[in-house]
Amino acid sequence: MAANSSFPKYQSDGSLLGNAMEWFDARFPMTSMWKAHLSEYYAPKNFNFWYFFGSMAIVVLIIQFVTGIFLVMNYKPDGTLNAAGIPVAFASVEYIMREVPGGWLIRYMHSTGASAFFIVVYLHMFRGMLYGSYRKPRELVWIFGVLIFLCLMAEAFMGYLLPWGQMSYWGAQVIINIFSAIPFIGPDLSVLIRGDFVVSDATLNRFFAFHVCAVPLALLGLVVAHILALHEVGSNNPDGVEIKKFKDEKGIPLDGVPFHPQYTIGHDLPANAIFLILFCAVMFFWPEGGGYFLEYNNFLPADPMKTPAHLAPVWYFTPFYSMLRAMVWNFFWIDAKFWGVVSMGGGVVILAFLPWLDRSPAKSIRYRGPIFKTLLGIFVFAFLILGYLGTKTPGHYFFGYVPSEGLNPLNYLLSGDFLTKTFTFYYFLFFLTMPYWSKIDKCKPVPERVTFK
Amino acid sequence: MKTRTIKLFKRLAAVILFAPALALAAEAMHLDKAPVSTDQAKLQRGAKLFVNYCLNCHSASSVRYTALRDIGLDDKTITENLLFTGDKVGDLMIVSMTREDAEKWFGTAPPDLSVMARAKGSEFGSGADYLYTYLRSFYRDANRPTGWNNKVFANVGMPHAMADLQGEQTVKEVTDEHGKAAFELVAPAKPGSMSASEYDEAVADLVSFMVWMGEPIAERRKFIGLFVLAFLAVLYVLSHKLGKTYWKNIH
Repeated sequence: MAANSSFPKYQSDGSLLGNAMEWFDARFPMTSMWKAHLSEYYAPKNFNFWYFFGSMAIVVLIIQFVTGIFLVMNYKPDGTLNAAGIPVAFASVEYIMREVPGGWLIRYMHSTGASAFFIVVYLHMFRGMLYGSYRKPRELVWIFGVLIFLCLMAEAFMGYLLPWGQMSYWGAQVIINIFSAIPFIGPDLSVLIRGDFVVSDATLNRFFAFHVCAVPLALLGLVVAHILALHEVGSNNPDGVEIKKFKDEKGIPLDGVPFHPQYTIGHDLPANAIFLILFCAVMFFWPEGGGYFLEYNNFLPADPMKTPAHLAPVWYFTPFYSMLRAMVWNFFWIDAKFWGVVSMGGGVVILAFLPWLDRSPAKSIRYRGPIFKTLLGIFVFAFLILGYLGTKTPGHYFFGYVPSEGLNPLNYLLSGDFLTKTFTFYYFLFFLTMPYWSKIDKCKPVPERVTFK
Repeated sequence: MKTRTIKLFKRLAAVILFAPALALAAEAMHLDKAPVSTDQAKLQRGAKLFVNYCLNCHSASSVRYTALRDIGLDDKTITENLLFTGDKVGDLMIVSMTREDAEKWFGTAPPDLSVMARAKGSEFGSGADYLYTYLRSFYRDANRPTGWNNKVFANVGMPHAMADLQGEQTVKEVTDEHGKAAFELVAPAKPGSMSASEYDEAVADLVSFMVWMGEPIAERRKFIGLFVLAFLAVLYVLSHKLGKTYWKNIH
């Protein structure tokens, strides 16, 4: 928290409200918090499009919290069958959709919010990569961010079990089974996660507890830590220069503007209006998102006796799901499944090391060289293709191309199998070789002050 | 080596040019486009078909009979014409057949149909397309315990419930354009109480009803959505104007 001493306490103007404020401010850091984090937090004045997504993520977080509270009032985490043979949990979601006044809106807001959360968070993270926002002194900001992303994945994964549809059930079954491949502790660990030998009512109840209580608490704490760390060191900007280097006589950065109201109202409010237009367009007119936001199969109640022919995770997990599937070799006599877990988890964890992997003299892509631009371009392409292939069966061939003459080289190059392995390899190679290529890349001179482009 | 490379490039070009055609050839599930309607008369006709032909074995346990008020039916009409399985108009659409019996008789309990129109969507078409094709693809098959099979859902446990309307289709073996063995449906020798086009229309109404039943709020959702988007558009214009004033003197 900002040091109280640096901001003067509120002084009453003699009015009743003024007196009350003075009384309050003398006992609580109201003025100092307001000033330190809003009205006298100076952010670089050259923020562009890429700087909208942090505030949007907060908006979605609030949407998810509020709608989640109302969903919990009517949802029942119960895997037993009702009189009609439908699991109570599944039926309670339909009850919310049909009989709870406004329930359909709350539910669609929550389900659309889940996908929207990942869209804005992916773009927010990509902004960090574009402008080197993870570089010194913002390493902790970035690491808290990676932890938020991990929490978000856990939150989404456990939340997805709750509607208790076929995809909920079998998706959880597959992912939890993978943990059983971890040497020695795996089988016990997966039983511990499930609370049973298969996904069951016990699993549903513990996932419910995690989804509505434990993980949101962690998430909230990490978001606070993320913002506190950011406000301690100050925001980066599209030029990747430090605005604190040049200050006026009052100690205010020359290239800074107050976060409130210039950014809150002048920048983020209209941007969030556009965001809400897109959000509501999906929510009101396309809530299933073509089977990507709400999967078709999840409108069938969970049935432990019937495995769906094709299992695909929700779109936001698919790049990492592809990394999991890319591992088909039993290295060191350990099951390939384990290396899949390593690959999937490593794909997220490796992001946390970015501040130390990047050794480029320039932070921002504006002044970085051709090697970075090329490799980052391929990185984005690889990530998108991995995401696409994660929604398909492992035997997927691009253009629906089916090899009729066995595996000649061309057939193999178009196969999802080959591309999944190649791009997973590339994903890790991009990070692991970064210390080398980021150093030798030809950077342009970085300006002293921010520019407008 | 050179000719091999050229051959590879030719293959690549062919693949890209004919990609859409190949995509269709890759996995075959052809679905007819369902003429889904929101017209109340059609939905009411669909409701009647649903209650008479489906609701004897299948439940729709998330749906109350009173929900039918939304498609223009009053409680009296519902009670007198549609309330076969319940006692009160506020009851849920459940069936009296137990799941244990159903499993014994059909091999599997008939699934609940509340959201079936939403569940059957796939890359091949919407859930409505699936149901529309499925309900018109039953044919006689002496090898099945029920005497019925289905072209879309092979070895389905369900017999053709609406055979008295459609008549009994059969199949004949053909070879498709790739020279592979396939089979296609043959129109009933003796039509049912409906002509082929009448039957298609009846199924379309039934499917429209099931689409409505899958999400009764759908039409109102879109209606409300228009106002919300209009409101947000105004919010954007005003907030954009307001926002600009804060940046007027910053260079």
